[in-house]
Amino acid sequence: MVGIVVISHSAKVAEGVKAMADQMADKSVSIIACGGIENGELGTDPMKIMEALIRANSGDGVVVLVDLGSAVLSTYTALELLDKEERRLIKIADAPLIEGAICASVQASGGFSVNEVAAAAESARSMLKL
Amino acid sequence: MNQMFLTAINTVKQSIDTNKDFLTNLDGAIGDADHGINMARGFEAVMGKLNAEPDIDLSAGLKKIGMALLSSVGGASGPLYGTAFMRAAIPAVGKTTVDAQLAAEMLLAATEGIKERGKAVRGEKTMIDALEPAYEAMAKGIQDGKSLLECLESACSAAKEGVEYTKTIIAKKGRASYLGERSIGHQDPGATSSLLILEALTDFCRKNG
Repeated sequence: MVGIVVISHSAKVAEGVKAMADQMADKSVSIIACGGIENGELGTDPMKIMEALIRANSGDGVVVLVDLGSAVLSTYTALELLDKEERRLIKIADAPLIEGAICASVQASGGFSVNEVAAAAESARSMLKL
Repeated sequence: MNQMFLTAINTVKQSIDTNKDFLTNLDGAIGDADHGINMARGFEAVMGKLNAEPDIDLSAGLKKIGMALLSSVGGASGPLYGTAFMRAAIPAVGKTTVDAQLAAEMLLAATEGIKERGKAVRGEKTMIDALEPAYEAMAKGIQDGKSLLECLESACSAAKEGVEYTKTIIAKKGRASYLGERSIGHQDPGATSSLLILEALTDFCRKNG
Protein backbone atom coordinates (compact mmCIF):
# COMPACT_ATOMS: atom_id res chain seq x y z
CA MET A 1 0.00 0.00 0.00
CA VAL A 2 1.39 3.40 -1.01
CA GLY A 3 1.84 5.81 1.91
CA ILE A 4 1.10 9.53 1.89
CA VAL A 5 2.98 12.36 3.60
CA VAL A 6 1.35 15.77 3.95
CA ILE A 7 3.91 18.57 4.36
CA SER A 8 2.95 22.07 5.39
CA HIS A 9 4.60 25.04 7.08
CA SER A 10 1.82 24.75 9.62
CA ALA A 11 1.38 21.70 11.86
CA LYS A 12 -2.32 22.54 12.09
CA VAL A 13 -2.73 22.59 8.31
CA ALA A 14 -0.90 19.25 7.93
CA GLU A 15 -3.01 17.65 10.71
CA GLY A 16 -6.21 19.05 9.21
CA VAL A 17 -5.42 17.79 5.72
CA LYS A 18 -4.55 14.38 7.16
CA ALA A 19 -7.87 14.26 9.01
CA MET A 20 -9.77 15.09 5.81
CA ALA A 21 -7.84 12.50 3.79
CA ASP A 22 -8.22 9.84 6.53
CA GLN A 23 -11.99 10.19 6.22
CA MET A 24 -11.81 9.13 2.58
CA ALA A 25 -9.07 6.52 2.79
CA ASP A 26 -8.99 2.85 3.69
CA LYS A 27 -7.69 2.32 7.23
CA SER A 28 -4.69 0.48 5.83
CA VAL A 29 -3.35 3.61 4.05
CA SER A 30 -0.71 5.32 6.12
CA ILE A 31 -1.19 9.10 5.95
CA ILE A 32 1.37 11.09 7.91
CA ALA A 33 1.07 14.77 8.77
CA CYS A 34 4.40 16.57 8.81
CA GLY A 35 3.97 20.25 9.56
CA GLY A 36 5.88 23.03 11.29
CA ILE A 37 9.25 22.91 12.98
CA GLU A 38 10.46 21.66 16.34
CA ASN A 39 9.34 24.52 18.55
CA GLY A 40 5.87 24.65 17.00
CA GLU A 41 6.61 27.62 14.78
CA LEU A 42 5.77 27.84 11.08
CA GLY A 43 8.30 26.21 8.77
CA THR A 44 9.53 22.97 7.29
CA ASP A 45 12.26 20.69 8.62
CA PRO A 46 14.10 18.30 6.26
CA MET A 47 15.00 15.95 9.13
CA LYS A 48 11.42 15.68 10.28
CA ILE A 49 10.32 15.12 6.67
CA MET A 50 12.92 12.40 6.24
CA GLU A 51 11.56 10.55 9.29
CA ALA A 52 7.98 10.91 8.00
CA LEU A 53 8.99 9.50 4.60
CA ILE A 54 10.61 6.47 6.23
CA ARG A 55 7.60 5.93 8.49
CA ALA A 56 5.08 6.17 5.62
CA ASN A 57 6.93 3.73 3.37
CA SER A 58 5.73 0.16 3.74
CA GLY A 59 7.83 -0.82 0.74
CA ASP A 60 5.36 0.22 -1.96
CA GLY A 61 6.45 3.85 -1.94
CA VAL A 62 5.21 7.24 -0.79
CA VAL A 63 3.45 10.16 -2.44
CA VAL A 64 4.32 13.52 -0.93
CA LEU A 65 1.99 16.52 -0.94
CA VAL A 66 3.57 19.92 -0.25
CA ASP A 67 2.30 23.45 0.39
CA LEU A 68 4.65 26.31 -0.57
CA GLY A 69 8.25 27.27 -1.17
CA SER A 70 10.54 25.67 1.37
CA ALA A 71 8.25 22.64 1.66
CA VAL A 72 9.58 21.61 -1.76
CA LEU A 73 13.22 22.48 -0.99
CA SER A 74 13.07 20.71 2.35
CA THR A 75 11.56 17.60 0.74
CA TYR A 76 14.30 17.49 -1.91
CA THR A 77 16.84 17.82 0.88
CA ALA A 78 15.17 15.03 2.86
CA LEU A 79 15.28 12.79 -0.22
CA GLU A 80 19.00 13.41 -0.53
CA LEU A 81 19.48 12.30 3.06
CA LEU A 82 17.85 8.94 2.31
CA ASP A 83 19.76 6.15 0.60
CA LYS A 84 19.05 5.33 -3.05
CA GLU A 85 16.82 2.34 -2.30
CA GLU A 86 14.64 4.27 0.17
CA ARG A 87 14.36 7.19 -2.24
CA ARG A 88 13.43 5.13 -5.31
CA LEU A 89 9.67 4.92 -4.73
CA ILE A 90 9.04 8.38 -3.31
CA LYS A 91 7.25 10.88 -5.56
CA ILE A 92 6.46 14.53 -4.89
CA ALA A 93 3.06 15.32 -6.41
CA ASP A 94 2.83 18.69 -8.18
CA ALA A 95 -0.68 19.18 -6.84
CA PRO A 96 -2.84 21.36 -4.60
CA LEU A 97 -2.36 20.23 -0.99
CA ILE A 98 -5.86 19.36 0.20
CA GLU A 99 -7.44 18.16 -3.03
CA GLY A 100 -4.25 16.33 -3.96
CA ALA A 101 -4.07 14.55 -0.60
CA ILE A 102 -7.68 13.42 -0.87
CA CYS A 103 -7.32 12.15 -4.47
CA ALA A 104 -4.08 10.38 -3.51
CA SER A 105 -5.65 8.69 -0.47
CA VAL A 106 -8.56 7.39 -2.49
CA GLN A 107 -6.24 6.03 -5.17
CA ALA A 108 -3.87 4.52 -2.59
CA SER A 109 -6.84 2.76 -0.96
CA GLY A 110 -7.36 0.92 -4.25
CA GLY A 111 -3.88 -0.58 -3.98
CA PHE A 112 -2.49 1.31 -6.98
CA SER A 113 1.21 1.92 -7.67
CA VAL A 114 3.09 4.99 -6.47
CA ASN A 115 3.05 6.48 -9.99
CA GLU A 116 -0.71 6.00 -10.24
CA VAL A 117 -1.27 7.54 -6.82
CA ALA A 118 0.92 10.52 -7.72
CA ALA A 119 -0.96 10.94 -11.01
CA ALA A 120 -4.28 10.90 -9.13
CA ALA A 121 -3.00 13.65 -6.83
CA GLU A 122 -1.89 15.71 -9.83
CA SER A 123 -5.26 15.25 -11.53
CA ALA A 124 -6.63 17.42 -8.71
CA ARG A 125 -4.99 20.41 -10.38
CA SER A 126 -7.69 20.50 -13.04
CA MET A 127 -10.70 19.79 -10.80
CA LEU A 128 -13.22 22.58 -11.14
CA LYS A 129 -15.26 23.63 -8.13
CA LEU A 130 -17.94 25.66 -9.87
CA MET B 1 36.90 22.41 15.78
CA ASN B 2 39.64 24.57 17.17
CA GLN B 3 39.01 27.84 18.95
CA MET B 4 39.81 29.89 15.85
CA PHE B 5 36.98 28.35 13.79
CA LEU B 6 34.55 28.49 16.66
CA THR B 7 35.29 32.20 17.01
CA ALA B 8 34.89 32.72 13.25
CA ILE B 9 31.46 31.09 13.23
CA ASN B 10 30.51 32.99 16.36
CA THR B 11 31.34 36.22 14.51
CA VAL B 12 28.82 35.17 11.87
CA LYS B 13 26.24 34.38 14.53
CA GLN B 14 26.72 37.79 16.15
CA SER B 15 26.30 39.58 12.83
CA ILE B 16 23.09 37.66 12.14
CA ASP B 17 21.82 38.48 15.64
CA THR B 18 22.65 42.17 15.21
CA ASN B 19 20.88 42.25 11.85
CA LYS B 20 17.98 40.00 12.80
CA ASP B 21 15.31 42.72 12.61
CA PHE B 22 16.87 44.22 9.49
CA LEU B 23 16.68 40.86 7.65
CA THR B 24 13.17 40.19 8.90
CA ASN B 25 12.02 43.63 7.74
CA LEU B 26 13.55 43.09 4.29
CA ASP B 27 11.68 39.79 4.13
CA GLY B 28 8.52 41.49 5.39
CA ALA B 29 8.54 43.74 2.34
CA ILE B 30 8.60 40.93 -0.23
CA GLY B 31 8.25 37.62 1.62
CA ASP B 32 6.98 36.01 4.79
CA ALA B 33 8.83 38.21 7.28
CA ASP B 34 10.85 35.50 8.96
CA HIS B 35 14.33 35.50 7.43
CA GLY B 36 16.09 37.22 10.34
CA ILE B 37 14.23 35.18 12.94
CA ASN B 38 14.97 31.95 11.04
CA MET B 39 18.65 32.71 10.54
CA ALA B 40 19.12 33.74 14.18
CA ARG B 41 17.46 30.51 15.33
CA GLY B 42 19.67 28.58 12.90
CA PHE B 43 22.95 30.02 14.12
CA GLU B 44 21.87 29.62 17.74
CA ALA B 45 21.48 25.88 17.00
CA VAL B 46 24.81 25.88 15.14
CA MET B 47 26.71 27.31 18.13
CA GLY B 48 24.99 24.81 20.44
CA LYS B 49 26.18 21.90 18.28
CA LEU B 50 29.72 23.27 17.85
CA ASN B 51 30.19 24.10 21.52
CA ALA B 52 29.19 20.55 22.37
CA GLU B 53 32.04 19.21 20.21
CA PRO B 54 34.90 21.70 20.49
CA ASP B 55 37.48 19.22 19.11
CA ILE B 56 35.77 18.55 15.79
CA ASP B 57 37.91 19.26 12.69
CA LEU B 58 37.24 21.90 10.00
CA SER B 59 35.45 19.70 7.48
CA ALA B 60 33.36 17.82 10.05
CA GLY B 61 32.58 21.15 11.72
CA LEU B 62 31.28 22.64 8.47
CA LYS B 63 29.15 19.55 7.92
CA LYS B 64 27.78 19.87 11.44
CA ILE B 65 26.92 23.53 10.77
CA GLY B 66 25.03 22.46 7.63
CA MET B 67 23.07 19.78 9.46
CA ALA B 68 22.21 22.16 12.31
CA LEU B 69 20.91 24.78 9.85
CA LEU B 70 18.88 22.15 7.97
CA SER B 71 16.93 21.13 11.01
CA SER B 72 16.51 24.45 12.77
CA VAL B 73 15.97 27.28 10.29
CA GLY B 74 12.48 26.35 9.09
CA GLY B 75 12.42 28.40 5.89
CA ALA B 76 13.98 27.89 2.48
CA SER B 77 17.25 29.29 3.78
CA GLY B 78 17.60 26.12 5.93
CA PRO B 79 18.06 23.68 3.06
CA LEU B 80 19.93 26.33 1.05
CA TYR B 81 22.53 27.38 3.63
CA GLY B 82 22.52 23.84 5.06
CA THR B 83 23.53 22.49 1.65
CA ALA B 84 26.05 25.34 1.24
CA PHE B 85 27.95 24.49 4.45
CA MET B 86 27.79 20.74 3.81
CA ARG B 87 29.24 21.26 0.32
CA ALA B 88 31.91 23.64 1.66
CA ALA B 89 32.99 20.79 3.94
CA ILE B 90 34.09 18.70 0.93
CA PRO B 91 37.14 20.74 -0.22
CA ALA B 92 38.01 21.24 3.48
CA VAL B 93 38.57 17.52 4.15
CA GLY B 94 41.94 17.01 5.83
CA LYS B 95 42.67 20.75 6.01
CA THR B 96 43.51 22.56 9.24
CA THR B 97 44.11 26.09 7.94
CA VAL B 98 42.25 28.16 5.37
CA ASP B 99 44.22 29.97 2.67
CA ALA B 100 42.82 32.02 -0.22
CA GLN B 101 42.74 28.98 -2.51
CA LEU B 102 40.77 26.84 -0.05
CA ALA B 103 38.43 29.73 0.83
CA ALA B 104 37.64 30.15 -2.87
CA GLU B 105 37.06 26.41 -3.31
CA MET B 106 34.71 26.37 -0.32
CA LEU B 107 32.82 29.42 -1.58
CA LEU B 108 32.48 27.84 -5.03
CA ALA B 109 31.23 24.53 -3.56
CA ALA B 110 28.75 26.39 -1.35
CA THR B 111 27.47 28.54 -4.22
CA GLU B 112 27.08 25.56 -6.55
CA GLY B 113 25.23 23.72 -3.77
CA ILE B 114 22.76 26.58 -3.36
CA LYS B 115 22.26 26.82 -7.14
CA GLU B 116 21.51 23.12 -7.36
CA ARG B 117 19.26 23.00 -4.34
CA GLY B 118 17.28 26.11 -5.28
CA LYS B 119 17.45 25.49 -9.03
CA ALA B 120 18.40 29.16 -9.31
CA VAL B 121 20.68 31.13 -11.58
CA ARG B 122 22.00 34.68 -11.37
CA GLY B 123 19.50 37.48 -11.96
CA GLU B 124 16.56 35.92 -10.11
CA LYS B 125 16.90 38.02 -6.94
CA THR B 126 18.42 35.37 -4.69
CA MET B 127 21.54 34.58 -2.65
CA ILE B 128 23.24 33.69 -5.94
CA ASP B 129 23.29 37.37 -6.94
CA ALA B 130 25.63 38.02 -4.01
CA LEU B 131 27.55 34.74 -3.89
CA GLU B 132 28.48 34.18 -7.51
CA PRO B 133 30.07 37.63 -8.01
CA ALA B 134 31.81 37.13 -4.65
CA TYR B 135 33.36 33.90 -5.86
CA GLU B 136 34.42 35.47 -9.16
CA ALA B 137 36.08 38.37 -7.33
CA MET B 138 37.86 35.90 -5.08
CA ALA B 139 39.07 33.80 -8.01
CA LYS B 140 40.40 36.94 -9.70
CA GLY B 141 42.12 37.95 -6.46
CA ILE B 142 43.92 34.60 -6.35
CA GLN B 143 45.01 35.04 -9.97
CA ASP B 144 46.42 38.45 -9.06
CA GLY B 145 48.34 36.90 -6.17
CA LYS B 146 46.35 38.64 -3.42
CA SER B 147 46.24 37.51 0.21
CA LEU B 148 43.26 35.75 1.82
CA LEU B 149 42.12 38.98 3.46
CA GLU B 150 42.41 40.97 0.21
CA CYS B 151 40.52 38.25 -1.65
CA LEU B 152 37.77 38.26 0.99
CA GLU B 153 37.55 42.05 0.84
CA SER B 154 37.06 42.01 -2.94
CA ALA B 155 34.51 39.22 -2.52
CA CYS B 156 32.57 41.42 -0.06
CA SER B 157 32.59 44.41 -2.42
CA ALA B 158 31.33 42.23 -5.26
CA ALA B 159 28.63 40.71 -3.04
CA LYS B 160 27.59 44.18 -1.93
CA GLU B 161 27.17 45.26 -5.55
CA GLY B 162 25.19 42.06 -6.06
CA VAL B 163 22.85 42.95 -3.21
CA GLU B 164 22.35 46.42 -4.72
CA TYR B 165 21.62 44.78 -8.08
CA THR B 166 18.83 42.70 -6.49
CA LYS B 167 16.92 45.96 -5.88
CA THR B 168 16.61 46.43 -9.64
CA ILE B 169 15.25 43.03 -10.64
CA ILE B 170 12.07 40.98 -10.36
CA ALA B 171 12.04 38.03 -7.94
CA LYS B 172 11.75 34.69 -9.72
CA LYS B 173 12.10 32.38 -6.73
CA GLY B 174 10.38 31.86 -3.41
CA ARG B 175 7.53 33.81 -1.88
CA ALA B 176 8.77 37.09 -3.40
CA SER B 177 8.03 35.71 -6.86
CA TYR B 178 4.32 36.00 -6.05
CA LEU B 179 4.82 39.77 -6.03
CA GLY B 180 6.15 39.95 -9.59
CA GLU B 181 7.02 43.54 -10.53
CA ARG B 182 6.17 44.78 -7.06
CA SER B 183 9.35 43.08 -5.85
CA ILE B 184 11.43 45.70 -7.71
CA GLY B 185 12.96 48.33 -5.43
CA HIS B 186 13.49 45.89 -2.56
CA GLN B 187 16.79 44.20 -1.84
CA ASP B 188 16.74 40.44 -1.51
CA PRO B 189 16.93 39.22 2.11
CA GLY B 190 18.83 36.03 1.13
CA ALA B 191 21.44 37.94 -0.86
CA THR B 192 21.73 40.26 2.14
CA SER B 193 22.32 37.46 4.64
CA SER B 194 24.92 35.95 2.28
CA LEU B 195 26.71 39.31 2.27
CA LEU B 196 26.51 39.50 6.07
CA ILE B 197 28.08 36.04 6.42
CA LEU B 198 30.93 36.95 4.05
CA GLU B 199 31.48 40.29 5.80
CA ALA B 200 31.56 38.64 9.22
CA LEU B 201 34.15 36.09 8.09
CA THR B 202 36.19 38.89 6.49
CA ASP B 203 36.04 40.90 9.73
CA PHE B 204 37.20 37.88 11.64
CA CYS B 205 40.10 37.42 9.22
CA ARG B 206 41.04 41.11 9.49
CA LYS B 207 41.20 40.93 13.29
CA ASN B 208 42.90 37.56 13.56
CA GLY B 209 45.30 37.69 10.63
